[in-house]
Amino acid sequence: MTRLATGGLIDRERPLSFRFDGRSYEGYEGDTLASALLANGVRLVGRSFKYHRPRGIWGAGSEEPNALVELRTGARREPNTRATVIELYDGLEATSQNRWPSLTFDLMAVTSLAAPLIGAGFYYKTFMWPASFWEKVYEPMIRRAAGLGRSARETDPDTYARRHLFCDLLVIGGGIAGLTAALAAGRAGARVILADEDQRFGGRLNAERITLDGLSGSDWAARAVAELEALPNVSLYPRTTVTGLFDHGVFGALERVADHKPAPAAYEPRLRYLKIRAKRTLLASGAIERPIAFPGNDRPGVMSASALRAYLNRFAATPGGRVVVFTASDDGWRTAYDVLAAGLSLEAVVDTRAEVAPALLATIPPDATRVVIGGRITATAGYLGLQAVTVAGAQGEVFEIGADVLAVSGGYNPTLHLTAHLGHKPRWDETLCAFIPDQLPPGLHIAGAVNGSYSTRAALLSAGEAVTAALGHLGFSPRNMALPDVADEAAGVSAFYAVPGKKAFVDLQNDVTADDVALAVREGFRSVEHAKRYTTMGMATDQGKTSNITGLAVLADATGRTIPGTGTTVFRPPFTPMTIGAVAGEHVGKHFRPTRTTPLHAWAASKGASFVEVGPWLRAEWYRKPGEQGWRDSVDREALAVRAGVGVCDVSTLGKIEVVGRDAAKLLDFVYANRVASLKPGRLRYGLMLREDGFVMDDGVIARIAEQRFFLTTTTANAAKVMQHLEFCHQVHNPELEVAFHSVTDRWAQVSLAGPASRTLLATITDTDVSDAALPHMSMMEATFFGTLPCRLYRMSFSGERAYEIGVPADFGHAFMERLMAAGAAYGLTPYGTEALGVLRIEKGHVAGGELNGQTTAGDLGLGSLIAQDKDFIGRTLSQRPALIAADRPALVGLKPRSVGDPLRAGAHLVDVKATPSIETDLGYVTSACYSPTMESPIALALIKGGKRRIGEPVRAYDPVRDADTLCDVVDPVFVDPTGGRARG
Amino acid sequence: MTYSALALLKNALTGNRNWKPMWREPEPRAFYDTVVVGGGGHGLATAYYLAKEHGVTDVAVVEKGYLGSGNVGRNTTIIRSNYMMPDNTRFYEWSLKLWEGLEQDINYNAMVSQRGVLNLAHSDAQRDAYARRGNAMRIAGVDAELLDRSAIRELVPLLDLDTARFPVKAGLLQRRGGTVRHDAVAWGYARAADKRGVDLIQNCEVVGIRVDNGRVTGVETTRGFIGARRVALAAAGNSSRVAAMAGLRLPLESHVLQAFVSEGIKPVLDQVVTFGAGHFYVSQSDKGGLVFGGDIDGYASYAQRGSLGVVEHVMEEGLALFPAFSRLRFLRQWGGVMDMSMDGSPIIDLTPISGLFLNCGWCYGGFKATPASGWCFAWTIAKGEPHALNSGFRLDRFTSGGVIDEKGAGAQANLH
Amino acid sequence: MRIPCPFCGERDSDEFLSIGTVGPARPDEKASLDAFVDYLHFRDNPAAETREHWHHVHGCRQWLVVSRDTRSHTISAAEPARRSAP
Repeated sequence: MTRLATGGLIDRERPLSFRFDGRSYEGYEGDTLASALLANGVRLVGRSFKYHRPRGIWGAGSEEPNALVELRTGARREPNTRATVIELYDGLEATSQNRWPSLTFDLMAVTSLAAPLIGAGFYYKTFMWPASFWEKVYEPMIRRAAGLGRSARETDPDTYARRHLFCDLLVIGGGIAGLTAALAAGRAGARVILADEDQRFGGRLNAERITLDGLSGSDWAARAVAELEALPNVSLYPRTTVTGLFDHGVFGALERVADHKPAPAAYEPRLRYLKIRAKRTLLASGAIERPIAFPGNDRPGVMSASALRAYLNRFAATPGGRVVVFTASDDGWRTAYDVLAAGLSLEAVVDTRAEVAPALLATIPPDATRVVIGGRITATAGYLGLQAVTVAGAQGEVFEIGADVLAVSGGYNPTLHLTAHLGHKPRWDETLCAFIPDQLPPGLHIAGAVNGSYSTRAALLSAGEAVTAALGHLGFSPRNMALPDVADEAAGVSAFYAVPGKKAFVDLQNDVTADDVALAVREGFRSVEHAKRYTTMGMATDQGKTSNITGLAVLADATGRTIPGTGTTVFRPPFTPMTIGAVAGEHVGKHFRPTRTTPLHAWAASKGASFVEVGPWLRAEWYRKPGEQGWRDSVDREALAVRAGVGVCDVSTLGKIEVVGRDAAKLLDFVYANRVASLKPGRLRYGLMLREDGFVMDDGVIARIAEQRFFLTTTTANAAKVMQHLEFCHQVHNPELEVAFHSVTDRWAQVSLAGPASRTLLATITDTDVSDAALPHMSMMEATFFGTLPCRLYRMSFSGERAYEIGVPADFGHAFMERLMAAGAAYGLTPYGTEALGVLRIEKGHVAGGELNGQTTAGDLGLGSLIAQDKDFIGRTLSQRPALIAADRPALVGLKPRSVGDPLRAGAHLVDVKATPSIETDLGYVTSACYSPTMESPIALALIKGGKRRIGEPVRAYDPVRDADTLCDVVDPVFVDPTGGRARG
Repeated sequence: MTYSALALLKNALTGNRNWKPMWREPEPRAFYDTVVVGGGGHGLATAYYLAKEHGVTDVAVVEKGYLGSGNVGRNTTIIRSNYMMPDNTRFYEWSLKLWEGLEQDINYNAMVSQRGVLNLAHSDAQRDAYARRGNAMRIAGVDAELLDRSAIRELVPLLDLDTARFPVKAGLLQRRGGTVRHDAVAWGYARAADKRGVDLIQNCEVVGIRVDNGRVTGVETTRGFIGARRVALAAAGNSSRVAAMAGLRLPLESHVLQAFVSEGIKPVLDQVVTFGAGHFYVSQSDKGGLVFGGDIDGYASYAQRGSLGVVEHVMEEGLALFPAFSRLRFLRQWGGVMDMSMDGSPIIDLTPISGLFLNCGWCYGGFKATPASGWCFAWTIAKGEPHALNSGFRLDRFTSGGVIDEKGAGAQANLH
Repeated sequence: MRIPCPFCGERDSDEFLSIGTVGPARPDEKASLDAFVDYLHFRDNPAAETREHWHHVHGCRQWLVVSRDTRSHTISAAEPARRSAP
C-alpha cells in the first residue's frame, strides 16, 4: 500500500470514491487526484505529447507537466487537467489522454522508435512532395496525432461569474511570506486581499516537517488564517490563482469556486474571474523546483524531490517504497530525511556536488543509506514505471540500484512570472543559480522564495521588510511585526542542470530532449527564442515552468555562452492556463451583449411582430397576419397599405440628440455639410454629415425646435458615433462655443405615421391644428394627443408618402400605440416593420445603410447639391480631393430586372452586357434591393460608374456567389412619385 | 543542404550530427548594394526575391533582435485573399498564389494549409456586404462561396448557429485560405535568402539613416555604420520610428494587437472561422492549440502587451461561436505592435529621399501578405518604381483621395 | 490601464476611447489641401511620452488630453481637452 499509515492533512474519516480510466479507487477528503492516485499505487497517469512515452506525476502543484487527465465527462469534459491541483471529490471521474487503445498499451508509442527521424523541426524538412500530399495525407496524420485531451462538444452547463475587487494591498501567495505580510497589513488596518492557488493556505508550511513558535507548519498557518478571517479588512481568496499583471496595478485572477465538487450548487458559478485593482501588491509566490535532465528522466516514479515531501507529509501518500534521491542542492537532503521519517527505504542519496557540508550529511544516520557524493544518474529502467537507476560515482564507478522512486532536486526557480508581465527582465543570480526579479513593476513588492529567500527564516525576514515598505507607501504604520521563532534550513544550490546522454528530457510534456536543443543550435537556432520555437521547448501547458531554465542551461552550454548571456524567453500571462468560460463570465449565450428593446417592443410583440437583431437592438421586421405564407406576404401587404392608406412604424431606434445653447446653430453648421443656421424655428431639414476625410458619415433630420434648441436624428447604427463626434467637434475644435448635447434616444418612443390617410387619422387624435398650412412638409410642432399627452410632431417622409413622425415620451409609448391603433382601425392603420420600411425607402430612392457604407461621397449618392459652399465644415476641404470628385466614380441609380422573375440582390456587381466580368469591367454593385409590390417587380439601388448617364442602358447584375446573373435596366433611383408631390400633400 | 525525406533518413542514421546551420552569421560588411531594415517576414522575403527575381545579391538584412522576432513570430497564422477593393484583391491573391508554391520554391515546409477561411454573417446587411465582397473576388478570379446555414452547420459542426445572441445568417468561405506555420516562414525565407548570398545580420539595430543631398548613403547601427546604395525599410510596428531617422512622418500609428493560444486538444476545428458580430478569429494549429485573436486594444503602444478588457471581449466572442470551448483554457497571450495605417491598407513605395524605400502600414494583416509584400517590394527597389500590384499602395493616395478603405472606416487608425 | 479622469477619478481604460495623438490644431478653412491631408493622416507616432485624445465614453463624456508613454504606458497627466491648448 502506498498510503502511509499515519500523518497527513487528509481526513481519514471521510473516504471518497473516484474512477480513473474506468477503475474505482478510494481516497480521502484533503487529497488531490494525484495524491489519491499515488496512494492507490497508480503511477502511470498519462502519455507524452510526441513519443507517447509513459508518464507519471512529476510535481505537486500547478506547474505539473506530466499528469494531465481528462476530468469529468460529456458536456463537462475538461481536457488537460492537472491531477496535482484537482481536489478529490466523491464520484470524481478522470480519464487518461493521448493514448490508444489504452494507457498501458499505447500503439502510438511506436513513434518513439522513429525518434531519430522525428527530432526537433523534422517536419520543416519533409512532407513537401508531392505538393498536394501535405494537406491530403501528411497534415491530417499529424493533426490526429497531435493535441492531448478532447474538448467537450456540447454547451457548458455550468455558469461563470466576474467580480471586480479593490484593495490597498494584494498579497499573492499564502505561504509563510504571504501569511506574514497579510497579518502585518491586516493588523495595520489596510484593506488586504490574500490569494493563494491552493485550497489550503500555508504553501510549503503544509508540506514540510517544520516547527514555528512550537507549532507544526500547518497548525501555524491555520492559526494565522484564523486571525486573518477575524479581521474585517482582510479578504481571503483560497483556490485563487492570480494569473496576470496588467498596467497600473490591474490583476486578472481565477477563483475555483466549485471545482472541488461534483457540480456547482444551484446559482453557484463554477469559476469566478476576478479583476483586482490594487494600490500596492506583495508577491510571495514561492519557487518551483527544477528538474535535472538525464537519460530516462521521464519515467513514472521520477519526481520532484520537494513534491515527494509534499506527498509524504501533506497527503500521507507515496509513489513507492524504495527511494533514491538525486540532488544538486541542500534541499534534496530534506527529502532524504523525510523519506526515512516516513518509514520508507532510502536506497541512496546521489549528490552531484563534489563536496557536501558535514552538517547536511549528519542529518541522515550514517548507516541509513548509501551516499554518493559527486555522482550522477546516467540511466533509468522500467517501462511503465521506474524499477532501477544507474549511478555513476565520482571515480567513474557505475552501478545499478533498484528503486521505484527517484526524487530529483535541481535547485529552485523563483516563481517570478508576474514581475515580468509588464516587460521587466529578471537578472541571473550566480549564488542562487537562478533568475530572480530585478527591477519591479510599479507598486509591486516581493518576499520569500520568489526573492531568492528560500529558507523559512529568510522568507520571514523578507516578508517583514517588504510589507513594511508597502505599508509605508500606503500610509499605514506596521504594528506587531514580531516574527515567529523558527530554525533555519540549509538552502545551498549548485549549478548542475544536465547529465549527457540520449532521452534526457528538458521539456517533459512536449518531449524536448537535450539532444533536440543541441540539434537546434547545430542548425543555427542559437537565440533562446529560436531554440524555443524550433524545439517547442517551454510551449506546453506548463509554459516551461519546470523546463525553461534547464533548457536554457543546455542551450548556453551548446552555444558556449553563459546562462544570463543566453537570456530568458518572455514571460506572458496567464501564469497558469485560464479557463475561457471564466473570463467570458456571464457574457455567454443570449447575454453575450445587452439587448436593447424600444418602448414599443411589447406592443409590437402583441401585434405578432417578428424581431430581428439590428446592432444592439431588436426591431420588428414584419407583422405576420394569419394566412400569410411567408414573410414576403406580410411585407408586401404592409408596404402597399402605406402607399394606399396609412401605416405605422416604430422608429425609436434612430439616434436622437438635443443640441442646446447660444452657439448651437454655429456648432451644427460646422458639423453638417449643409447649412443649418438658416433653418427657421419649427422647421426641419435633411442633414448630411461628412467625415473629415470627405466621405459621408451619417444622415438624419435636423429639427429647429427653438432659436437655441435643435433636435437631431441619426441612423440607428451611427447614433453613438455621431454623439461622440459632436462632442469632439465642440470640446476639441470649438471649445469656446456655448453649446451642450444630450442624447435622448431612450426618452422618446418615436413612430412614423405614413400614407395618404395619415393626416386624416392624425386629426382624429389631436385637437392641435395639423393642417398643411399649420404643419407643412418639413416642419414640426408640439401637439397634444388624446386630450392630455404632449408629444412632438414632425412632418417628414422617408417613404415618399405624406408622413409624420410622432415623438411620444417613452413611458407613454405603449399606451399611445394602443389608442392610436384603436383610432386607426377605421382607416385600416397597418403596423409595418423594418422590411417594409426598407421597401418604401428603396422605392423612393432614399439612401440608408447599404449606401452610407463609409466609402461613398455626397456626390456618389446624388446629394452633392446639398453641400454648402460658403462655410467651413468637417470634411469640406478633403471632400475636394481628386479621387473623390472623379467623373467615373460609381454613383447612385435604380435598377429593374428585364424579367420580373429574375433575382436581384444587394451585393451583386454590375457588368456591361457584352463584357466578361473582371476587375477592369466591374462597373459597381447593388447597394440595396427588394421586391417592390408597387412596381410589381424586384428593384434595386446601385452605385455604377457613369451614374445617371447610364439611365436607359442595360446592365448585368452579376452575382456568382448566389448563382445569379440578371439582365437589368438602369433607371432613375426614385421609383415612386419622382416629383415628390405626395409627401408635400 | 537540400531538405528531403532522404536527407532526414541519412541524418537520422548518423545521429543527426551533420545538419548544417540554416544560415551563416556573417559580420556586417562596410557596404552593400541594398540594406533591408527588418529581419521579419517581409524583410526576409524582400531579400529573397531581390536575389531570386532580380539578381540583386549584394544585400544585407539587418535585424535588431533575432530573425523573425517581429510580427511574423507573433500572429494568428492566417492567410487569405478575401478582399473587395481591387488593389487589395489583386495583391493578396498574388500573395496566396505565392504561398501555394512557397514550399517547393524555398525547399522548406512552412505547412501552408489551405483549410478554408469562413467569415460568418449575422445580419441580412452583413450577408449582402459579404456577397459584394465574394462577387468582387469571383470577378477577380479568386475563389469565394456564400454559404447558407445548413452548409455552415455541416462544415463546422461545433458552431452555435441558433441560440446565439447574434444568430448566424450566412458565411463567406474562401477554401484556398488557411494557415501557415508562422515562424517557419521567417526561417524558410532566411535560409533561402542566405543560400543566394544575402547576409543576415541579427542583433543589429538601426539607430540612424544617413542621407547626403537627398540621397541615402547607409545606416548607422549598433554594430557600426553600414554603407548602402539603397535602404529598404520593412520594420512594421516600428516603421514610424525608423522613418523618423530619415526625417519622414508616416500616416501610421503603432497599436498593440493581442493573440491567444489554448492548450493542445484533439482536432475539433478544421477551418479558420471569423465572427461577424464582433472581432474574433480562430483556427486550430497542427499541434492542437486553438489560436485566436480579436480587435486591437485601441490605443497607441510600442509595448508588446495588452489590457484585460480586450481579453474579456475575445473570450466572450469565442464562446458566442463555440459554446463547447467554455471549459478549455488558454495558456498564453501575447501582443504584437502593428503599423495601423489611416485607411487600413499598406504602403509599398519610394520615398522623397532617393534610394530610400518604404514598406509599412500592414495593420494586423501583414502575415498573409508576406510573400507578395516581399515580391512587390523587391520589384519596387530593383526597378525604382512600383509594380502594378502595388501601384495603389502609395503614400500620395492620401493627397489624391485614392484611399483603399476596405471597411469604410475613415482616417482613424484604430478603426481599421 | 487606469486613466486618471479629472472629473471622475481613476477609471479603467475600458471606459474610454482613444483616437490617437493630439496633433497640431485643425487648419482653418483657408488652409491648403496639403495642410488638411497632413493634419488628418500624418503622425509623429513616437515611442515616448505623447499627448493623446481620450474620450470618457462610459463616464463624463469629456474629451481628455492624456499624457502617456507609449512604451511603458505610464500616465503623467490627464486634463480636459477644452482647457488644453492644441
